Amino acid sequence: MIDIFINNLPILIVTVPLMMSLFVVLVTNSHLSFLLTLATTFITFLIAILLYQEVQSYSSISYALGNWLPPLGIEYVIDHVSIIPIIIISGIGFLATLFAYKIMPSELSDSSISKTYGLWLLAISGLIGLVTTGDAFNLFVFLEISSLASVALVAMGAKQDRQALIAAYNYLIIGAVGATFYVIGVGLLYAITGTLNLADITSKLALMEDNRALIAGFGFMVVGIMIKAAVFPLHIWLPRAYAYAPSAVSILLAATATKASLYILARILFSVFLPSENIVSFTLTYIILPLSVFAMFAGTIMAIYEKDIKRLLAHSSIAQIGYITLAFSIGTKSSVAAGFIHMSNHALIKGGLFMAITSISYYIQKRVTIENLSGLGKAMPITFCCFIICSLSLAGLPLTAGFVSKLYLIKSAISSEGLWLSFMILFSSALSLIYLWKMIEALWLSPLNKQDIKIKEKPVIYTSLLLITFLNIYFGLDASLIVNSSFNASNLLLGINK
Amino acid sequence: MYKNPILRVCTKILFAPIILFGLYVQFHGDYGPGGGFQAGVIVASAFILYSIVFGLNEGQKLLPPNVNLVLLAFGAFLYGAVGFTTMLMGEPFLSYNILGENSQAGQHLGILIIEFGVGLTVCNVMIALFNSFAGYQPNQGS
Amino acid sequence: MITSAMGIWNYWIVFILMMIGLFIVIGRKNLLKKIVGLTIFQTSVFLLYITFGKITGGTAPILTENSSTIYSNPLPHVLILTAIVVGVATTALALALVVRINSIYGSIEEDDISAHDLIDYHDQNNTLKKSTLQNSK
Repeated sequence: MIDIFINNLPILIVTVPLMMSLFVVLVTNSHLSFLLTLATTFITFLIAILLYQEVQSYSSISYALGNWLPPLGIEYVIDHVSIIPIIIISGIGFLATLFAYKIMPSELSDSSISKTYGLWLLAISGLIGLVTTGDAFNLFVFLEISSLASVALVAMGAKQDRQALIAAYNYLIIGAVGATFYVIGVGLLYAITGTLNLADITSKLALMEDNRALIAGFGFMVVGIMIKAAVFPLHIWLPRAYAYAPSAVSILLAATATKASLYILARILFSVFLPSENIVSFTLTYIILPLSVFAMFAGTIMAIYEKDIKRLLAHSSIAQIGYITLAFSIGTKSSVAAGFIHMSNHALIKGGLFMAITSISYYIQKRVTIENLSGLGKAMPITFCCFIICSLSLAGLPLTAGFVSKLYLIKSAISSEGLWLSFMILFSSALSLIYLWKMIEALWLSPLNKQDIKIKEKPVIYTSLLLITFLNIYFGLDASLIVNSSFNASNLLLGINK
Repeated sequence: MYKNPILRVCTKILFAPIILFGLYVQFHGDYGPGGGFQAGVIVASAFILYSIVFGLNEGQKLLPPNVNLVLLAFGAFLYGAVGFTTMLMGEPFLSYNILGENSQAGQHLGILIIEFGVGLTVCNVMIALFNSFAGYQPNQGS
Repeated sequence: MITSAMGIWNYWIVFILMMIGLFIVIGRKNLLKKIVGLTIFQTSVFLLYITFGKITGGTAPILTENSSTIYSNPLPHVLILTAIVVGVATTALALALVVRINSIYGSIEEDDISAHDLIDYHDQNNTLKKSTLQNSK
């Protein structure tokens, strides 16, 4: 029985949340649905850790669905590269579920909580399936599962603020256009190579020279995934969707949804199109690199002018996604590793920041803006302390997790591109201090409102927040786990040359 | 609309043949165009026709909403159950070969069951969509 | 050149539909029209796949008794079935959102909704009484 369990881990990590979401939707009691969701995310996280141990010893697990061997059948691939987003998604899923115990009933009506948890599990299952699969069309199916579940989750925020509905509608339309672009790309690639398996596409592409269909297919696939990953000009859906979603949903989506699409981007650019080096290097140097630099500055500057805190954090997410795509676009082994390091650390940082803001809005029961924040740091010391540590991590101060990722990013930028790129990275990190300081000044240096003095912090809410902050500090002091996995990943992704 | 005798009589006559045709399409997916999704939509259209002509209340007496929800989840669960059964027998997920004596019988049985699960889910999803669109009251939450 | 262009007339139709659909999604401000444009866009992709699957002289990919028939490639047909289902789910979710938006905002034109949202954005203290899900008309 145990070896059946161990042999089938790659499929269990996708189907356990999927099947449990069917049960959770039928349950009517909101406490029971929360317990089922918590148990399912905990089991998913355990399976992810077991897969991590297996990948350390076997270095690549391939699971053939239905006993049809690849390239004919669909295979699920777990190797050093895909284990990173799997751990991020399942870990953040568990922590966000733990945090959502009190937060969900305060923002949603009782009858819709179990349906929201069903969608929650469906979104987590879709995201994990997205990063696990090794078949191009199966990737589209999971992309749409996770995208539709995320849209429905964002639309659940309509009870608090009616702008959630139009934000969800925009997210849906733009996301559907992106997924359809990806499908066009897959169709063109299938027409030239005759196979849908990602590894087999690589071996078939090595036998042919660049032709127009190949370039068109590559372009469509990359643009489609860039829409889903919210790279700079295609990021319009992200600020409103994350700002007006229910708070627990913002935590889950901000930390996981774009990371999965960024992993797919790295896979497509480096692993699938490995033989066509001219197109890939042209795209990286002349398209993705300038767009990432614009993203870093545009996201930070838009965040400086925002008054609504959740929109501010969503804009800064765009800047951080710019850092990750910048790391991928430099294209060397150390820079791709730096991209994966920043992927993991940003999930922890943004998760922590959104959790702190959510607990503040839970206590004051209003939408959190810069004016509402005045003086609350004195009333809620624990939350405020975690908020300061996470925001210092965002800016990249030493002893926190953000410092490690910025360090590796700047090292790889200096060694390959020269000083101007690292100067841009440092300058935009310094700019991010402006909006972080605005929040800290409002929280601590402004006078406290009379009715907020009576706020007492509840342990059931700040436990997850303390856990994420502790992880931020731990990975700032001893980053060997993340750094080693990321370097393993980039070695595997970029292959023997380079 | 239920006052019009032609619509009433025609709906009552057509209801059973539509479902019969849906079942035909479902089980002939192996040999011709058909399969779970198409059959689910055809069977759902019978129920939706009944709801359109006789009113939403009558349609909900025919298929109550909670039965709808349970059957929806059950169809998807049937799909997963076939996969888990093959997993418990030692093969990877959804390998139908071991469900029968030889691989052809196993594939036949496996595909039949999962297509039935898909058809059940799609039929109930379409009916649930129609019910929620037609029964939408603007001053209710969720 | 005219004959070679006419020989691939399928692809011309695919790309014309694709561009029409994309233009409607971007260029029209009515929410329902955007959904229609999205559906046209997705339909053109289905046509593209089916055109890829056709083999010259091939018939429909259903097994017949004759063992020497040439069949068209059945894999794109299966992929399109999946993509059609995904498109149906997307359209259903989009229509549900439009119904909700209409009941809360009172219109489905994007200009009116943006005007309402701008008032909301500048009115952070919620002093204006606006309809939410609890008290809409």
